[in-house]
Amino acid sequence: MESLKKLDKNLVSRMYEGMLKIRHFEETQSRVFRAGEQEGFTHVYLGEEAIAVGACLNLNPDDFITSTHRGHGHMIAKGGDFKKMMGELYGRTTGSCLGRSGSLHIADRSIGMLGANGIVGDGNPIAVGAGYSILLRGTKQVVVSFFGDGATNQGTFHESLNMAASFNLPVIFVIENNGLSCGTITASVCKVLENLGDRSVAYGIPGENIDGMDVVEVYQTVEKAVDRARAGQGPTLVNCKTFRHHGHFEGDIDIRDEADINEALSHDAIKEFEERMLKECLITQQKIDEEHKRIQQLVDEAVEFARNSPLPKPEDAMKFVYAE
Amino acid sequence: MREIMHRDALREAIAEEMRKDEHLFLMAYDVGKYGGEHRISGNLYEMFGDLRVKDAPISEQGIVGCCIGAAITGCRSIVEIPFMDFMPLCMDMIVNQAAKLYHMFGGQMNVPMVILTAAGGYIRAAQQHSQCFEAWVAHVPGLKTVMPSTPYDAKGLMKTAINDPNPVVFIEHKKLLPMKGEVPEEEYEIPFGQADIKREGTDATIVATSYTVHLALQAADNLQKKGISVEVVDPRTLVPLDKATILESVKKTTKLVIVHDAHVTGGFGGEIAAIVADEAFGYLDAPIKRVGAKWTPIPFPSVMEDYVLPGLDDIEAAVREVVG
Repeated sequence: MESLKKLDKNLVSRMYEGMLKIRHFEETQSRVFRAGEQEGFTHVYLGEEAIAVGACLNLNPDDFITSTHRGHGHMIAKGGDFKKMMGELYGRTTGSCLGRSGSLHIADRSIGMLGANGIVGDGNPIAVGAGYSILLRGTKQVVVSFFGDGATNQGTFHESLNMAASFNLPVIFVIENNGLSCGTITASVCKVLENLGDRSVAYGIPGENIDGMDVVEVYQTVEKAVDRARAGQGPTLVNCKTFRHHGHFEGDIDIRDEADINEALSHDAIKEFEERMLKECLITQQKIDEEHKRIQQLVDEAVEFARNSPLPKPEDAMKFVYAE
Repeated sequence: MREIMHRDALREAIAEEMRKDEHLFLMAYDVGKYGGEHRISGNLYEMFGDLRVKDAPISEQGIVGCCIGAAITGCRSIVEIPFMDFMPLCMDMIVNQAAKLYHMFGGQMNVPMVILTAAGGYIRAAQQHSQCFEAWVAHVPGLKTVMPSTPYDAKGLMKTAINDPNPVVFIEHKKLLPMKGEVPEEEYEIPFGQADIKREGTDATIVATSYTVHLALQAADNLQKKGISVEVVDPRTLVPLDKATILESVKKTTKLVIVHDAHVTGGFGGEIAAIVADEAFGYLDAPIKRVGAKWTPIPFPSVMEDYVLPGLDDIEAAVREVVG
């Protein structure tokens, strides 16, 4: 593992802050959801924070991301506003989508977050289109498409990688390989799972297989891919091995072996990052405690904001069917 | 006035709009040098180049998804799905993404794109190249559904479709594409939701769509010789639907026959029949009749296809029955 001292100090603290923001937001989200404060379904990103944060720290505000049904982490990493997010999760008019779509379709066009998506694998063709639009409009933007190992077995994965490669589009495909396809162990339905990045060979593009629990490794790998994309050298496939703390959705059963879960939980991306920072004297335990407290307070404020925000009117359902 | 083919009218509309908007592109397999499976794109590749008249791999989901991604990031597009029978391959993208994003994201992102396709039988193309799925499309809020029957309508409606801020499914018919009709030299648009009375009459109304408008007009000619005066109404767009013109015609003639070459069961004719039964029941002097394909896949040899699809005899018989 690389010394954090080689990195820009500000970057290290942004890595830490980004991961903490997702962790605290989602632990709270999980709690209030399970307490029955929100309707619908919610899929949390807990455990996978290093991927969204490491990838998005390479992006500018006008770059794009596409997301999955597990999209809160991506939105936070891209600069999402806690209050607008919590408002959305509570189904309130202050939400980023005016409280009409909740967790499954959380989105914020103003920060380039093109939407959490309820159809596994559908983000990839949309990312390709954002890439094509960049080509046509002649800008230097890039697109990062986040998706899981489950989505790599959808036809859209193949169609998208082939198109992005053939059209030489500025798209970085980031696999969040948590070994689960909804509730199915992916290894039981996918013969070559560990090194999904090797599938890049089939499309003639670079592919990487990395530790998705190491925010630095994610950052540096995606940095190279983003540089290539901005230089007009086309797409990259990055396979990040990771671990999902919770079941598929909040309240779902978990078929994983308990011993395996406990073993994986002992290698937590945030905990290990804190240990690295402490070891290299980049932070004190006191500062760590303060950071946790500071961010939790931001989350708590967002929850209060959402709880006190107005509900949409029933007839608001009829809005936004067609654009004028 | 000059007469041009239906396919040439479409190409003119696309070219005129592409000249005005440098971020409008056409994407599909075969649209480039090949000139399109139905020769709609023709020389557009030579006129606008590779980036704006883009050959794509045979990846319907990828192509439609790409155009959606481009739409929400500042471009407009026309996708060609050469045969409507291939549309099920990308129905997910059309139904779950294109039709939903504006609503899901609370108006943050709209999806301006045209999905151009050719439906219909009568060309001996067998079970997988002869179908009409307009009822599938018209069932989905968020989509608009266009079905022109003449070169004049095709051009004006295509220009409106391209400039519409929503996803528009533009359904051509293979039999119509080579047909000629009057099209003025100057530019014009035809608004959606305006039916056209293709022939005025007093004894019965036929509401027909797409190619069957021409069958209805021929049937009306034949019936006129027998003293029956038939009014032929072409809705031109199913969504939005010009109910008023249909209802007005039925109130005048008091009898209604609906014709399309889609299957009768679950076809859009059922929707029109229900609207008339609901809103003009008191005016009807006979039961509403629907004429469409018999309940079987469309076979290839003429002897069978002509039996399955509605013909002049079927339409004339239905009108004679309601006129009594």
